Parts: sequence; C-alpha cells; structure tokens
Amino acid sequence: MLEGDGVEIRYGAVPAIREITFRVDEGEIVCFVGPNGAGKSTTTLGVAGVLKPTKGTIRFRSRPIGGLDPEIIVSLGIALVPEGRRIFSRLTVRENLVVASGLRGGLNNVASLHERVLALFPILRSRYGSHAGHLSGGEQQQLAIARALLTQPKLLIVDEPSLGLAPKYVDLVLQTLRELRSAGTTLLVVEQSMKRALDLADRVYLMRSGRIVLEGASSELAGRDDLESVYFGQKASH
Amino acid sequence: MNPIQLIVDALSQGSLYALIALGIGLVFGVMRMINFAHGELIMIGAYALVVPSASDMARPFIAAWPAPLLIAAVIGFVAVAALATERFAFRPLRRREVDSATLLISSFAVSYLLQSLVLFFYTGRPKSVSIFPSLTRQITFGGVRVAMVDAVTILVTAALLAATVVFLRRARAGIEVRAAAEDFVMARMLGVKANRVIALAFGLSGAMAGAVSLLFVAKTGVLDFRMGVPLAIAGFVGTVIGGVGNLVGAVLGGFFLGAASVLLQALLPEELRPARDAFLYSLVILVLLVRPQGLFVTRGAGERI
Repeated sequence: MLEGDGVEIRYGAVPAIREITFRVDEGEIVCFVGPNGAGKSTTTLGVAGVLKPTKGTIRFRSRPIGGLDPEIIVSLGIALVPEGRRIFSRLTVRENLVVASGLRGGLNNVASLHERVLALFPILRSRYGSHAGHLSGGEQQQLAIARALLTQPKLLIVDEPSLGLAPKYVDLVLQTLRELRSAGTTLLVVEQSMKRALDLADRVYLMRSGRIVLEGASSELAGRDDLESVYFGQKASH
Repeated sequence: MNPIQLIVDALSQGSLYALIALGIGLVFGVMRMINFAHGELIMIGAYALVVPSASDMARPFIAAWPAPLLIAAVIGFVAVAALATERFAFRPLRRREVDSATLLISSFAVSYLLQSLVLFFYTGRPKSVSIFPSLTRQITFGGVRVAMVDAVTILVTAALLAATVVFLRRARAGIEVRAAAEDFVMARMLGVKANRVIALAFGLSGAMAGAVSLLFVAKTGVLDFRMGVPLAIAGFVGTVIGGVGNLVGAVLGGFFLGAASVLLQALLPEELRPARDAFLYSLVILVLLVRPQGLFVTRGAGERI
C-alpha cells in the first residue's frame, strides 16, 4: 500500500534519513521504532508531504506521491497525527473537527463518521464546545486522532501516540488503534518503546541515525535477546 | 470643540485604523507576511474613483456612479487587485519557501510599483474628488452637531467587524482561516488548501482596504499617491501594539492609535499640536516597552477570533 524506496530527506545539507526502504501492506500495523533523532518523525513528515524527499520514491497504492502537497496527499487517503499532536488550541473541539471534515464536504456530509468518531472518543463529545487548548494531553491526543479519522484515511500514521499520556490513556489510545485496524484502516505508528512496538505491530522497522538497522515481524523479533544493543547501537554501554 | 464631537471624531478615526489593522492582520495570520502594500491598495481604490489624466481637475469615473454600484465597484476592484498581488508576486515566493523578510521586501516592491503606476497615469499632484455628498451634512446628536461622515464611518466599521467575526466563527471557510493562522502546515495536512485559504485572506483584506478607500475619501475628498503610506503604518502600529497574530488585538490596537491621535490633537496645548505625532509615537514606544507582546495578548490559549 505504501512503499518507500531509497528515500533520503535532508534538513539543509544534513540528511535526516539516508536512503531508507520500507513498505506498509494493506491491513497491517507497522511500527517505526528507535531512539530520539533516528529519523522516524522525519519519515512520517516525508510521507505526508510536509518534507520533500531529496532522493528515492514514495508510492501510495502504486502512485508516486513524493513531492506532492500535504493537502493532496491527505485527499488520497493518508492522514498523519504528527509529533506533538498539533491540535488547533484556539479553536474549539468542534471547530477542530470542522476543519478536518472540509476535505469530505463538511461535518454534515460525514455525519455518520462524525458520530462513530465521537462514540470512539466520548470525552470529545463532553468537551465539544471547549477550546482544544484547555484539554488534557490525553484528550488532545484523542482529538488529534479523531481529526485525522474525519479525513477518511486508508492509511493512518500516528507519531508517538503514547508520548506524555497518563497510563490510562496509553491503553485507551493503543486499544483504539487496534480497533481501527480491525475496522479496515492500515496503520503506521512511530514508537520509542520497543516493547510497545512489538506489542502493537505486525512488523517493526528499527531506525537509528537516519537508517533502518533492523526489520522483521514482531513475532520473530520478540524472541531475539540482542534487541537492546541493536536499539542503542554497538557503542552504547547498555 | 465640544466633547461629543471629540468622542465621535476619536471613534471615527479609531474605527478607520482598526479596519486597516484588521486587513493587515488577516494576511499576516495565514501567511506570516507583513503586507506593506496594504496602504497602496487603499490608495488605488481611491484613485479608481476618477479618470486617469494629467489634469489637476479630476474627472469623476466610478465616483459618478450611483452609490451602491460605486461601493461595489471600489471594493471589488481593490479585492481583485489584492488577489492579483498575491497570485503574481507573493504566491511564487511562498511556493519556494522564502523567509518572511523576502516577502516583506517583495511587498515593498509591490507598494512602490503601485505608487509609480498612479504617478504615471495620474501625475503626482493631489486631486480632489467628492463622493457621497450627503455625508458632508451635519447631524444633530444630543443637542450637538456631528459630521455625518464620522457617524457613518463608525457604523460601517462596526458592521464590517461584526460580519468578520461571524464569518470567522461560523463559516467553515472562516474556521479554516483561523486554523491556518494557528498552524498552517497542520491545516494543510487535514486537507485545507493553502492557495485557497491565502487567497481568501487576501480577498477579504482587499475588500476591507476598499472600504477604507471609500470612507477616507468621503471624509477628506483628496487623492494623493502617498496617501496609503501613513495609513498602512498606522495599521502596522495598531497590529503590533495590539499583539501580532491576534486579530482582536489588531482591531483594538488600531482603534487605540486612531483615538489617541485625535484626542492628543484636541487636548494638547495649542503650541504643542504640531508635535502631536511625536507624542503619539512616544506613547507607542512606551506601550511597547511595558508590553512588548502587545496590549491585548493574554497568556495561555485564549480565543483570538
């Protein structure tokens, strides 16, 4: 469904990811896992059209999408819940959802999807008229995912869904991601925790310093005992 | 001057500056660009009222049309001109992701281009033109006489501000403008079309500039190719003292500046009045020293339209 082939993205002269190759198949949950600065978020921004690849190709359903504008890519069916969630804090919960519904013709046009999303995240219904900036971190994460779902993605990319969340929300959000997959959405999730990645994903790409250093099915990787040293690199003392 | 006339004057000037600041603030919000050419949009809206010629006697062009047509024509003309500057000068730069200093310089260039065109087609000598002659009447209000044009300026501005608030809060396109002003890239990732939302901001900003053209000419009756510069500066100062990136603040800041200017003019001792702007801008410097973030910026995630 999504294929990256030799993708490089630079910030100025410095490559943030170096010719990485990856794929996400329809119906899968795939995780990019790795320490800070590995290039995971850069890769997601490249897929979403915010950063332009300097080398390589990114294809979605066989169509090259590298270099397309973000508003085009989301209309093709890729939604990104980015690092830091980036909810519109000065807008109400409802208005955040209105912005996301515009692509499909407005909230009235996606009324049943809107209802399903509010059923998935009941807290949003009760905070519907509040400013999104006043929500807790966990509530904001739910809003960010709800917003992405209103664009009707075939592929949902979520960058560190559990970052900064209270434990009760971590479980809720991860459970929600599994339910979304069951409902037919393909997922690409960025995680820092190898354990959570292996729990959630069918397949995992381990990234470090802009490269993919290990990939495999979660079931295979879970058995390896050298994961920690690969995660931190050979020179680390862990 | 009687106190009511003074209050009406201050409200009128304040409203006009508020409208300019709002026009500048709308474009700044979505594009992070200070559009210096906003003043020249006001200026060309005023010049569109008369036939281009080198003669000192201005022959009415749009100025001769019936009022509703005249209003629509000037506002429409300036809105289209604003869209044209966006399409041909600013959009190509934005697509190449230049920094905001480059955009600012480009807006200076657009500004001087428009001034030079007017200079070429109309010459640099000021011309006089009369529109809405009925507005020159005085009306009696609470036992004192007040210039009709000031009362109309206040009412028109209030109506335009109210319409803008309703649009930004109720219409989906308005909500998208607010979302784009807060996080442009995120708005795009949710499907908001960058070109559309920026064109909308420029169109609205231009329409407001056109309204200022009409209100300003109705009051002064004079055309001058440099008339836009002090107006744009007043608008910038208004947005800055109100709090950059905050539309309510821009409106209040513009209002504060206009009202303060009129009040200083009236209340300063006679011999100090020529130095009015020195007092006014000392006040601005003082405000910025005390509140560099702007007068009307609240901390936290307050609603800013």
